[in-house]
Amino acid sequence: MNWGGWSDFFAMGGYALYVWGSYAVTLGLMVMEIVLLALRGRSIHGELGRARKRGGP
Amino acid sequence: MLPAMRCVIHRDLLLALRRRADVMTMLLFFVIVASLFPLGVGPEPNLLRTIAPGVIWVAALLASMLSLTRMFSADYADGTLEQMLLSSAPLGAIVAAKVTAHWLISGLPLVLMAPVLALQYDLPRPLLEVLTLSLLLGTPVLSLIGAIGAALTLGVRGGGVLLALLVLPLYVPVLVIGAGTVDVAAAGLGAQPYFQLLGALLVVAAAFAPWAIAVALRISIE
Amino acid sequence: MLAPWFGVLAAAFCAAGLYIGFFIAPTDHQQGEAYRIIFIHVPAAWMSMFLYLVMAFWAGVGLMFNTRLSGMMASALAPTGALFTFIALWTGSLWGKPTWGTWWVWDARLTSELILLFLYFGFMALQAAIDEPRRADRAGAVLALTGVVNIPIIYFSVRWWNTLHQGASVSLTSAPTMAATMFAGMVVMAFGFWFYSIATALARARCIILERERATDWVADYARVPK
Repeated sequence: MNWGGWSDFFAMGGYALYVWGSYAVTLGLMVMEIVLLALRGRSIHGELGRARKRGGP
Repeated sequence: MLPAMRCVIHRDLLLALRRRADVMTMLLFFVIVASLFPLGVGPEPNLLRTIAPGVIWVAALLASMLSLTRMFSADYADGTLEQMLLSSAPLGAIVAAKVTAHWLISGLPLVLMAPVLALQYDLPRPLLEVLTLSLLLGTPVLSLIGAIGAALTLGVRGGGVLLALLVLPLYVPVLVIGAGTVDVAAAGLGAQPYFQLLGALLVVAAAFAPWAIAVALRISIE
Repeated sequence: MLAPWFGVLAAAFCAAGLYIGFFIAPTDHQQGEAYRIIFIHVPAAWMSMFLYLVMAFWAGVGLMFNTRLSGMMASALAPTGALFTFIALWTGSLWGKPTWGTWWVWDARLTSELILLFLYFGFMALQAAIDEPRRADRAGAVLALTGVVNIPIIYFSVRWWNTLHQGASVSLTSAPTMAATMFAGMVVMAFGFWFYSIATALARARCIILERERATDWVADYARVPK
């Protein structure tokens, strides 16, 4: 371990903005992609379910 | 094959001559855009001399892009394009002829007009020659690559703007090298390597683009 | 079906990679802590290029052999590829500011990576603009294959031109010129991103298949199975 403590870890030697800015945006975008995909999947299943109830193709 | 190609070029040139306004508007666009920059950035001669190659190249690129949608859409609308697809002459050859005609109508006039515009920017004579030569080599590449985009977006919603979005990233290497020839020559180093790169781009584009355009046309028509 | 497993693998590898990156790798003596961005930046850049190649490959296969699934796979890969390209550009910019003093510079590598982002967007825009799926797939394939020439340009750009971006420290043939722990962290993260890409691409491909084939019998049967 290289860090003196949690505060050192978060400060990242003064580069906190850049390092955490990168990681935060990356994590945010990846999570958004997963969420959008999940929503898309759910909407398809919903649509298929409704089509089935209506009597199928 | 050659008679077919000659026929296609002849036809396109004849059609363009009858609608001279299209070519004129494109040239006028080129002139206006190139004239806007000095108005925007100020008349300081050194600055203008520095930005001249880039500005003229971008203006030429945009002007030639304006006429891309017309390349295939007119023929598509009146059914000639389908005849071309069905003809016994290889589609690649016909397409190459169409691109040649497009360059003669939309590219060559730009090359001829460029020195005049470069004078507005006070570009010295030797650099002017380098610029014109770079455009002479580069505009056919732009026509070839642009034709791929035109074939892909034939009849598609969002047409012109979508075409620009597809084609501009592919134009960037040509632009960088083309405008780079003048920058390098201005710095006193030989522009030879850049011209060789442009020549290589032209050869590769001429070899592969007609085939890609033919494939794209078949996809768009079926 | 495999997508969740890859997702788990992705999470595990990313966690391991981040652990190595933050807790085991030492501080860089030149750049300080800012260099830790490398654990995202380089793997993302690798992914951006790799995914484009895979996408162009599947698009080409679909074009040549007229298979429907390959075209769908290419479409499924595009958004993830665009995402990693953006991440590479964003993290690169944030890394460049403290170390080079500038957010952006128009050198060969950055410019060609930016072009890659535009190529991804162009591909997605073209497919979105064409309503008929078969034509959209094939048109996108021609576009993707035309743009594939950009990938070697990005990769070799640091060798061909004098650029501000550093040269390759990692090569397939010789030993890496960076500390072993840093290298390990980067590679583990790369695998993490790779598994993440596979997971999202498979999940998206599944969505695309269901959307396109919704009128068929097998999809109706599939929908009958209670979730």
